[in-house]
Amino acid sequence: MSTVATATAGEAQVHAGHDDRSFIRKYIFSTDHKVIGIQFLFMSLFFLVLGGLLAMGMRWQLAFPSDPAHPLPGGSLLPETMVNAGIVLPEFYNSMVTMHGTIMIFFAIMPLLVGVYANYLIPLQIGAPDMAFPRLNMASFWLAVPAAILILAGFFVEGGHAGAGWTSYPPLSVESGYSGVYNGQVLWTLSIIILGFSSLMGAVNYITTVVNMRAPGMTWFRLPLATWALFITAILILLAVPVLTGALILLLFDQVLGTAFYKPDAGGQPLLWQHLFWFFGHPEVYILILPAMGFVSEIIANGSRKPVFGYKAMVIAMISISFLGWIVWGHHMFQSGMNPLLGASFMASTMVIAVPSAIKTFNWLGTMWRGDIHFHTPMLNAMAFVGMFVIGGLSGVFLASTPVDVQLHDTYFVVAHIHYVLFGGSLFAIFAAITFWFPKMFGRMMNETLGKVHFALTFVFFNLVFFPMHRLGSNGMMRRISDPTQYEHLQAFQPTNRMISMWAFALFAAQLIFAFNFFWSLFRGKKAGPNPWRANTLEWSTPSPPPHGNFATTPVVYRGPYEYSSPESDEDYLPQDRPPAERPTPAPEPVPAGG
Amino acid sequence: MSQAATLALESRQPMPGIGVYNQKFGMWVFLLSEVMFFTGLIGSYIILRFAHPDAFTEPGRVLNVPLTAANTFILIVSSVTMVKAFASIELGDQRGLRRWLLATVLLGAVFLSIQGVEYVKLAEHGFVPMVASYAAEGAPLYGMTFYTLTGFHGAHVTIGVLCMIFVTVKAFRGRYSQADHGGVEVMGLYWHFVDLVWIILFTIVYLI
Amino acid sequence: MDGWLPQNVSTFGGEIDSLFYLILGIAAAIFVIVEGALVLFIIRYRHREGRKAAYIHGNNRAEFVWTLIPFLIVVFLAARSTGTWLDIKSPERMPADALELRVTAKQFEWNVTYPGPDGRLGTADDFVRRNQLHIPAGRPVRVTLSSEDVIHSFFLPQFRVKQDAVPGMSITIWFEATEPGEYTLGCAELCGTGHTRMMASVTVHEAEAYDRWAREAAGPDPSTLGDGI
Repeated sequence: MSTVATATAGEAQVHAGHDDRSFIRKYIFSTDHKVIGIQFLFMSLFFLVLGGLLAMGMRWQLAFPSDPAHPLPGGSLLPETMVNAGIVLPEFYNSMVTMHGTIMIFFAIMPLLVGVYANYLIPLQIGAPDMAFPRLNMASFWLAVPAAILILAGFFVEGGHAGAGWTSYPPLSVESGYSGVYNGQVLWTLSIIILGFSSLMGAVNYITTVVNMRAPGMTWFRLPLATWALFITAILILLAVPVLTGALILLLFDQVLGTAFYKPDAGGQPLLWQHLFWFFGHPEVYILILPAMGFVSEIIANGSRKPVFGYKAMVIAMISISFLGWIVWGHHMFQSGMNPLLGASFMASTMVIAVPSAIKTFNWLGTMWRGDIHFHTPMLNAMAFVGMFVIGGLSGVFLASTPVDVQLHDTYFVVAHIHYVLFGGSLFAIFAAITFWFPKMFGRMMNETLGKVHFALTFVFFNLVFFPMHRLGSNGMMRRISDPTQYEHLQAFQPTNRMISMWAFALFAAQLIFAFNFFWSLFRGKKAGPNPWRANTLEWSTPSPPPHGNFATTPVVYRGPYEYSSPESDEDYLPQDRPPAERPTPAPEPVPAGG
Repeated sequence: MSQAATLALESRQPMPGIGVYNQKFGMWVFLLSEVMFFTGLIGSYIILRFAHPDAFTEPGRVLNVPLTAANTFILIVSSVTMVKAFASIELGDQRGLRRWLLATVLLGAVFLSIQGVEYVKLAEHGFVPMVASYAAEGAPLYGMTFYTLTGFHGAHVTIGVLCMIFVTVKAFRGRYSQADHGGVEVMGLYWHFVDLVWIILFTIVYLI
Repeated sequence: MDGWLPQNVSTFGGEIDSLFYLILGIAAAIFVIVEGALVLFIIRYRHREGRKAAYIHGNNRAEFVWTLIPFLIVVFLAARSTGTWLDIKSPERMPADALELRVTAKQFEWNVTYPGPDGRLGTADDFVRRNQLHIPAGRPVRVTLSSEDVIHSFFLPQFRVKQDAVPGMSITIWFEATEPGEYTLGCAELCGTGHTRMMASVTVHEAEAYDRWAREAAGPDPSTLGDGI
């Protein structure tokens, strides 16, 4: 780490152009934030598929619970300890449930939103040549790799993978006598601890970079909302992950050292884990949604050719969410046995946190209002985010009401809520972001037609899968059960469960279109210029892809990021770094066919 | 003036930044995460202790408070020597820098040694973090919380001492100057933090 | 099956259900307005040749309005929910003249301890039934929950009752059945490989029929004799 004390803000090194690093330094052990972002991209996409496969296994079991006439496809490839004669064993079902959640949250969505886009976008959007600490950045990715290896290893060890839920409540998660799993639980705990260090390193980097390395003229209120969102998310990571790490260390000690932090027989407290975990866990869900909100703001403004409605309100709303997010964690524990008065206070804060999200929704609508909307693939996915996030947010209000939560807690209503915000919200935003920034990353466009077909199918199937789960839950279907037909009050809903599974298989299949589009476009996509979307933020003022060092000369910023349809410009966009009252030179590229 | 600052002036745009160089700002940010880490652990200790106060009073007589108090003083002195090291290089005093850095390393090592000796003595008295057979029995609450808290602090001190040795070696090689000594300042920040955490831990674990 | 909620056979269930439907109504209204606006804007403001977007940055009054109204709605819902919540869970509000039962959860069964002929729990004539919860209609029941091993959750969907059973803790809840019938007790917290089959039958008797059952039932639990799953 350089100890040059005089490295002041925005110091640009004129690197761009000549790059004589070796292949290994350029693509494997690279300190370039763009390469690191792309490394995270490939890693997370792999885990997204794996997480999806686990969900398919779960849905198969729920459609045909322990039914020998419908053996699990591919079940014969798995060991008998997981799937016996095509029947999913309960321990394997618990592992699928656990690992689906764990992988999706920690190894897919979080790295897709933060590992990829905080790394890729922040220096570009603020006009910096790289992150504040490039070598720390490289370490952050390469620390995520052993975490990933450990989490995969859990599938291959004796006893199978962790099976106590992604929430890993003790005593189930600390006593192998209760869960039947030892090695898998320990690997799970170790993996997340290591991943936490990776995230923390990233957070230190993102925060320092945004604070200290913005280009001249890039004041706080000229920052793109994507950067704002990623910056606030980094602060949440910085403060929440260490608490999880502490909790996990105590869990690990209970698992392997015979301590009893969470074991009641020796004075420990299971509820201590819940408080520590959810103190992290609630900011975590905002970590999983805020960057998505940032991307959606960028893309809706771009698609509508209109400034973001209420930019400052959007910033304040994100800051409010991040503050309020620290005092709502108890709503995951309403039925845990905590004092009812404490529960009531968490209800109050939980209800209030709905408000900033509502403000953002109205501002997105306000951005589209009187716009000139082009329905390119990123815009379609971004609009779906708005529509689906609203549903997820509304279902959250039910859960926020503690008495109603009595009925809904730990049922499929919560599963519906989670997936409307994480899939309907975050994942659609990820599809939007990948498509939008693909040309910048790889110099080629993704295919628009495939993008639209993927979008349409995903949107329809997604709703068919998850909307019915609200009613399954309110009618009393508990979470994490492998056989709902055991319950008389649920037998009538088995057709619904089977139907959900069918649509889930279709939903998974539709993702093949995206996968194909992604990989095909890497090699055969239409070549992209610097600014194919006619956008304003600084990353679109560099070549696609940008050279090492990003900018040939340090950009100077003259205005905010959303000056679409400004009277100051002949075109319907006005880049942040275009000097005032200067004629634009090249003709704009046509926006990919939409609208 | 840096190139960026010149550009800002020429184009009449504000020059953003917090006026603190990256490494120092980054260290403050990192220390904030460390605050959260220790808060989680200390909070857990407090919760566990107040739920079972009886498990804690007897062992309170086992810990060697006077020795640890002296050790606390040693750590505090090491923070003073660290400040003196920084003050030296601020004035361009290379000899002072080396001398005071060495003193800090030595004091840090002494602190760790005394802690280590105390651990050994406690273990000899049967005060351990876990019961030998970690199958069915749980652990004495006091033991596991004591060793976890002080152990993680000790780990942070150890890392600090190792980094401090690295910084000291650099100082002896003349790598710091009056104009350029961010590494010393940043090292100092970490060291003071570790000292502060210890003062809090000592108070909560040994005195209360 | 068409509805959102199972039948309700508990006294406070109605309060919970009406809150649920109140929120449902508000949510539906918001859904229609917001999604409707989204669809409307998609149609109305789609790109057409010659039309330019309006160069508008925002409107402070709009911000104020759409901050205040959602805030009022959620505050209202929180206030409206508090009374019901405390009625259900607050120890001070639990009915005094309730039938006392103890339910101990363990992997993967529910063991119910009944007070026996003397009507008091914790005496020598208490008896235990495995996976059978018998209660009278029209009389409040107080259940003290605990667990022998991991965290389970005592879930009676038709009574709108749910409470985690935490090892090391003794948690008391109450409810009152309104009509006789057979219902379900399920476990709502992942508790291991048998989580899916951890259920018990719930039988609500008419008041006098209950006393008769209680008298006959006092004695060794037939279901614990021999091996049962």
